[in-house]
Amino acid sequence: MPDLAAILADGPWVTLGLLGAWHGVNPGMGWLFAVALGLQRRSRRVVVSALVPIAVGHELSLVATTAIGAVLGAAIDPRYVHPVAAAVLVAFGVIKFVRPRLHPRWTSFRVSHIDLVWWSFLMASAHGAGLMVLPVLAGWSPTSLDLAAPHDHAGPVALVLGDASLPTTVAIVRGVAAVSLHTLAMVLAMTTVAVLVYERLGVQVLRRAWVNVDQLWAIALVATGMVTFFT
Amino acid sequence: MATTPFGIFGAGGAGTWQPDPTFYPSPRLAASAPREELAYIVTLNPDAIGGDRAARPDALVVADVNPSSPTYGSLVGRVEMPNAGDELHHFGWNACSSALCPYAPHPHVERRYLVVPGLRSSRIHILDTKPDPAHPRLVKVIEADELARRAGYSRPHTVHCGPDGVYLSALGAPDGEGPGGIFLLDHERFDVLGRWEIDRGEQHLAYDFTWHLGWDTVLTSEWGTPSMVEAGVNPELLLAGKYGHQLHVWDLRKRRKVQSLDLGAEQQMVLELRPSHDPTRAFGFVGVVTSLKDLSASVWAWYRLDDPIFGDASARPRPGEEWAIRKVIEIPAEPADPDTLPPALKPFGAVPPLVTDINLSLDDQSLYVSCWGTGDFKRYDVSDPFHPKLTGNVRLGGITSHGAHPASGPLNGGPQMVEVSRDGKRVYVSNSLYASWDAQFYPEGVRGWVAKFDAPEDGSLHLDPRFFLEFDGERPHQIRLQGGDASSDTFCYP
Repeated sequence: MPDLAAILADGPWVTLGLLGAWHGVNPGMGWLFAVALGLQRRSRRVVVSALVPIAVGHELSLVATTAIGAVLGAAIDPRYVHPVAAAVLVAFGVIKFVRPRLHPRWTSFRVSHIDLVWWSFLMASAHGAGLMVLPVLAGWSPTSLDLAAPHDHAGPVALVLGDASLPTTVAIVRGVAAVSLHTLAMVLAMTTVAVLVYERLGVQVLRRAWVNVDQLWAIALVATGMVTFFT
Repeated sequence: MATTPFGIFGAGGAGTWQPDPTFYPSPRLAASAPREELAYIVTLNPDAIGGDRAARPDALVVADVNPSSPTYGSLVGRVEMPNAGDELHHFGWNACSSALCPYAPHPHVERRYLVVPGLRSSRIHILDTKPDPAHPRLVKVIEADELARRAGYSRPHTVHCGPDGVYLSALGAPDGEGPGGIFLLDHERFDVLGRWEIDRGEQHLAYDFTWHLGWDTVLTSEWGTPSMVEAGVNPELLLAGKYGHQLHVWDLRKRRKVQSLDLGAEQQMVLELRPSHDPTRAFGFVGVVTSLKDLSASVWAWYRLDDPIFGDASARPRPGEEWAIRKVIEIPAEPADPDTLPPALKPFGAVPPLVTDINLSLDDQSLYVSCWGTGDFKRYDVSDPFHPKLTGNVRLGGITSHGAHPASGPLNGGPQMVEVSRDGKRVYVSNSLYASWDAQFYPEGVRGWVAKFDAPEDGSLHLDPRFFLEFDGERPHQIRLQGGDASSDTFCYP
């Protein structure tokens, strides 16, 4: 069993942090809902406290996606892992192209914290937040670990959690570390933007700053799928 | 407005790069919008409603409302519907400021399509205001049988652009009876998604609807089923108090009716609902056409018992008892010589005010009230919603008074549909109600017109002598302003 430093060495920290920050600043991922709830009750405290369940829901979606990816990766014949992962990413990206505004139906403004967890989980899942983190985690090369078992045959998805070449403990430690970093970055970004908009900028900032990144996102998914297929 | 850099790939409509510039997060920001340059008006052709199939169809016409334009105050565009006899009535946009609501945002759709139902034919027309906003194009027609098949409804009326789709109300069922209710269209392809209600309780009559998105609440009002209204007002039903006299309160999330507010059976026809635009507030106004007691008309204010300002913010009303309503304006009938009255009114010897439409400015400070019977158009200061103060009154048309416009001789019909500009400085009114009812109250035939008032901050009302649209044989009904108006948009931020 290698030590913690070895397990976590060469982690894709910057990428994970940037993805977290990216999810954090996206108005559709929750800070805007928190601001609206705060404005409705005229309370900054409401803004900040709403961010907690939003972050929890988002990370639950991430954990669910990566866990599903890991289980599938372990279950599928290693030869098909790359093509299947690529197909999923490309298909999701194409759906995002064709129906960019397809998302779960939600019609409620007066929400409990439990509602917010569920809302955030749905939005993050529909947005494909976990699908973007999955390849990053999968690309985390195990070569820095002094592992006896050969791993060349394993696909990137398989390496996230369940592949035999990577001890389960190592995979779980890595997963927890990655999700924690992503969460930290997202919460920081979310809180900063939410408080800034609530206290200083006002919601008029939405009229110009809310740019349409749906298609950039879709392209990123398709591109990641392509890379996965050809590697 | 640019489309996205990668718009070419977006087969399903890529959306815009930035939010539609006519979407505003708050009513205050919307009020600072540039002034409207075009007004969309639906017109009906009474000959076609009367069964003359050779008559021209109803139309959507476009008026120039830009005072520095050489064609100011005239019609610059016209689109006829494909069939005659639709009875165009109310209409609305595919998308508006509610697209910015935080829980289901789709900020990159465009306010682009007008959804124009035929109240009599039950056809729903989709018109595209791009690329030339003065000449919209018909792009889709939803036939009555599709509406009936997918939603079980008929006679579509009010159109509101919601955060997650286009919501419409319908007067009743395809057989002309009730219940009426609400159904949805998806706001990209305009497919009928189905009926909205999950549990309507004893609600049967329908007419207008609105919502307080900040409070997860929908309100619906009551007129009558198609069979009660299409042949004209039925005096027996009216005198028996059978037309609508209730407001229904619904849980927007659960799609269940949670409360009914009964104004009393003598209050007949509870029509246009105008909610506060500030999403943190929970009140609004509704007009009642007439009281059986004395033919007066009235405006009522509904409110939540825990509204932060004039309710008791610390109140904890029980579910199902959260809303209340009270009469805040009463307008008396005016005695008249029976010889001057249409047959329907001769027995009463009076002209009822007939409040058929009201409208609330975006700042929730000015309420406009149309008295289609007497011809009065009234402006109230409603900064205290429970104690409106009359600050302006102009008479145009009217059953016996025939008030004149500076640009015309005596008029008939009366101020009816009202629309207020986003900045609250201009108010537009049209004069036709509903073909079969026009014939009862103005049997000589309503001659269509649209007038414009200037509404300065001092609370007064002034007719614009340069703006008077006259229609030849057609009758104008609802007016919508380019980029949105005081009754088209809902806001999720104060």
